[in-house]
Amino acid sequence: MLFTVLTGLIISCLLIPFGNIIKTKWSILLPLIPVILFLYYLLQIPAITLGTNVLQHVSWVPSLGVNLDFKLDGLSLLFALLITGIGTGIFFYARTYLRGHPYFDRFFAYLLLFMSAMLGVVLSNNILSLFVFWELTSISSFFLIGFNNDNKDSRNSAITALSITGLGGFFLLAGLILMGNITGTYIISDLVTQREILINHQMYPVVIGLMFIGAFTKSAQFPFHFWLPGAMKAPTPVSAYLHSATMVKAGIYLLARFTPALGNTEYWNTTLMIVGGFTMLMAAIHALFRTDLKAILAYSTIAALGMLTFLLGMGTKEAIIAASVFILVHALYKATLFMVTGVIDHETHTRDITKLSGLGKVLKPVFIAALLAALSSAGLPSTFGFIGKDLIYEATLHYQQNWQIWLTAIAVATNIGLVAAGFIVGIKPFVGPLPEEYSKIQLPPFSMWIPPLILAILSIVFGIFPSITGDYFSHQVANAIAGVETNLHLKIWHGFNTVLILSLSTLAVGTLVYLFNKPSSIKLAKIESANKISAQYVITGIGKQFAVFAKWYTDIFHNGYLRSYHFKIILAAELLLGYKLWISGPIYINFEDLTPLSWYEVGIVAILLGALYIIVTTKSRLTSVVSTSVIGYAICLLFVFYSAPDLAMTQFTIDTLTTVLFVLVLYKLPPFINLTTRWVLVRDAILALGFGAILALIALRILYEPNTTEIADFYGENAYLLAKGKNVVNVILVDFRGIDTMFETVVLAISALGVYSLIRLRLKSSEKE
Amino acid sequence: MKSAILQTATRYLLPILLLFSVFLLLRGHYYPGGGFVGGLVASIAFVLHSFANGTKATMKILRYKPLSLIPIGLGTAACSVIFPLAFGLPAMTGLWLEEPIPVIGMIGTAIFFDLGVYLVVIGVVLTILFTIALEE
Repeated sequence: MLFTVLTGLIISCLLIPFGNIIKTKWSILLPLIPVILFLYYLLQIPAITLGTNVLQHVSWVPSLGVNLDFKLDGLSLLFALLITGIGTGIFFYARTYLRGHPYFDRFFAYLLLFMSAMLGVVLSNNILSLFVFWELTSISSFFLIGFNNDNKDSRNSAITALSITGLGGFFLLAGLILMGNITGTYIISDLVTQREILINHQMYPVVIGLMFIGAFTKSAQFPFHFWLPGAMKAPTPVSAYLHSATMVKAGIYLLARFTPALGNTEYWNTTLMIVGGFTMLMAAIHALFRTDLKAILAYSTIAALGMLTFLLGMGTKEAIIAASVFILVHALYKATLFMVTGVIDHETHTRDITKLSGLGKVLKPVFIAALLAALSSAGLPSTFGFIGKDLIYEATLHYQQNWQIWLTAIAVATNIGLVAAGFIVGIKPFVGPLPEEYSKIQLPPFSMWIPPLILAILSIVFGIFPSITGDYFSHQVANAIAGVETNLHLKIWHGFNTVLILSLSTLAVGTLVYLFNKPSSIKLAKIESANKISAQYVITGIGKQFAVFAKWYTDIFHNGYLRSYHFKIILAAELLLGYKLWISGPIYINFEDLTPLSWYEVGIVAILLGALYIIVTTKSRLTSVVSTSVIGYAICLLFVFYSAPDLAMTQFTIDTLTTVLFVLVLYKLPPFINLTTRWVLVRDAILALGFGAILALIALRILYEPNTTEIADFYGENAYLLAKGKNVVNVILVDFRGIDTMFETVVLAISALGVYSLIRLRLKSSEKE
Repeated sequence: MKSAILQTATRYLLPILLLFSVFLLLRGHYYPGGGFVGGLVASIAFVLHSFANGTKATMKILRYKPLSLIPIGLGTAACSVIFPLAFGLPAMTGLWLEEPIPVIGMIGTAIFFDLGVYLVVIGVVLTILFTIALEE
């Protein structure tokens, strides 16, 4: 399985050097990648059908518990097939859609990156590797949404999507690590066996809360749903692939994957049902008022995702069966509708539903695909959507007493919205009179209409022969989510019962809504006037406040004045050290223990004080620099007297070079003018005296600390034995703590590069702002 | 700052200081010294030369940009760190030749590590000083 994840990653890297080749006729090689992967996963079906799981283990960072553990069960296989199968269609489609685009190679590199990351998410059996891939899908999605990078809206939408999903990822990481700490394992299949420990742990609500934020942001649940309509700025193949069929379902996948380990508790069920139920109803209503085809699809996708969350929240066996079938139902018809929208946009250059009509006459095969998908979305008997809808109603009707009516009502209302939305996208642009301007439109190359047509036909085939999917893998999907045997068996006909009546009345009402509700820009404006109370407004508002706070903080702490940095650093050090000194109690100085002063020590201190006096009083920069170096040399002498020749030597050379450096810089400065006010002088003097006093106190304190020489003894004894050196200081530097030295050297190198590039930087006039 | 005395003196001081810096580098394992101090002394030698003859003249006798010493030094140090891996030992294990070599003394990976530090220090100091000195 590892190879299926790595293939895309490696090839997407290869597209950097070989991008220009792939822009030519060799681009036909690109769709072959998902085809091969799709075939690989098709061949896994027989094993999964029997209920076996395929496992693979590759050690990565064993010391941290991060390993590449992969597991293929029913749920993973469903997603892997969606990713590679719909991916195949999308790759063929996008190759034509973006033909001749200057970033053609880049687009496919992102798309391959996404495909690998998404496969990684659904195959990972280790929660940390799952997280890595999870973030990778957010990142690749960011690049794809912002693909038209010369468009400001695109860039903004990309940043919104990344912020929201990135924020969710952050919470998810916290939740996953917490879960790992509670159970002591990072293997997902092991977590299931620790279910009792997890759900009875006092941190359980926190764990699932954090995971929910991760899942809700990714799967566009209220109140994080608004990034998804914005993400429609991406090229349509991306919307069809990432933002309807695969990536947005990663959150659903996460919930489904952890249902056996964490699910079916009161917290879990109630939260998911409320959030999912609210999201689906709200989005279904929103969808009816949009005029942009992709916006309609975006909201109906949110509604479908809400439905899946809702079903997982119910958590009954029937609800899980319904969810596992509905994932596939939705992916098939939604990807089709998106691709159809892409064709319309590509040919007519508009997606405005109020302007489009009659296209069925010129784009016949596209119309057929759209119609079939719309019917499946509406749940007409003999389509796959019908079976999905049946299962949903069955699940809601068989829920606990008292609640079943309400749940059913929400589900019906949502479905009515979905029926109408599906018809608006799948039928409305194709019927009615054909405007003059569109009469010249020709059918695009078959690679743009075959993929949606195949998916649409599958929606019908699975509808007529539901046992194909039901017996071969939906059964195992439901088993994987429920963690127990579900006895799923799909049938096309359940007889005349409440479910059928509900289903047909949904269809009828939905059709009526479609016929009488005409989306228009006026209605859209009305809906958008309510934006001030929307979640989007609140959350982006919080985001803006963060930016304001960040700017304020940066202005205060990073204002670019060296003196201000010095001031703050020293002040903070004084406060911390002073506090520590204060709580450590009084200092006793025993003058009898001190060695008597010698004349040369007095002499050095006199030189120090003299130099200090000159620095403070002089009006010349050069004099003060030279005086500073006098202080440095005086300290050197102290080192020599107290037998630290290594230190003295280093200090001496460093001091010399620093003075040279100072002189070089000062040489270029304008004449000295004193702009410092008296108040600032006093302030700085107090700060400096305080710092000196604290350091002196610490030095005195150290004298009375118990003298532990363990470390010194260790190095003294082992320097020659282990490292064959007699100079302990140097042995520590190059051997015992050599890695430290190595990185300090790197830091030196970086600072030199910094100085070099800052001074040598010559901006072109066009780059100056 | 052209002074005939300084110019004449640096002609002799440069090689002597450089030799001294190598001496410091090599004795570092047994007596005070080491790559860092050695590198600083070597840089001072060049700085002195540049004071006497101008930075351009010093750049000329250096032949290569001091910046290029940085990657060479880092590379040398990094090689000495990963060299033991080739023998299946953990990185940074100190490996030493059995017999001392005349003049230089004991040869081991630590010496090369110190040599790397020595080169990086020269590269860093000269890069910073010369960049600032040459800036118009």
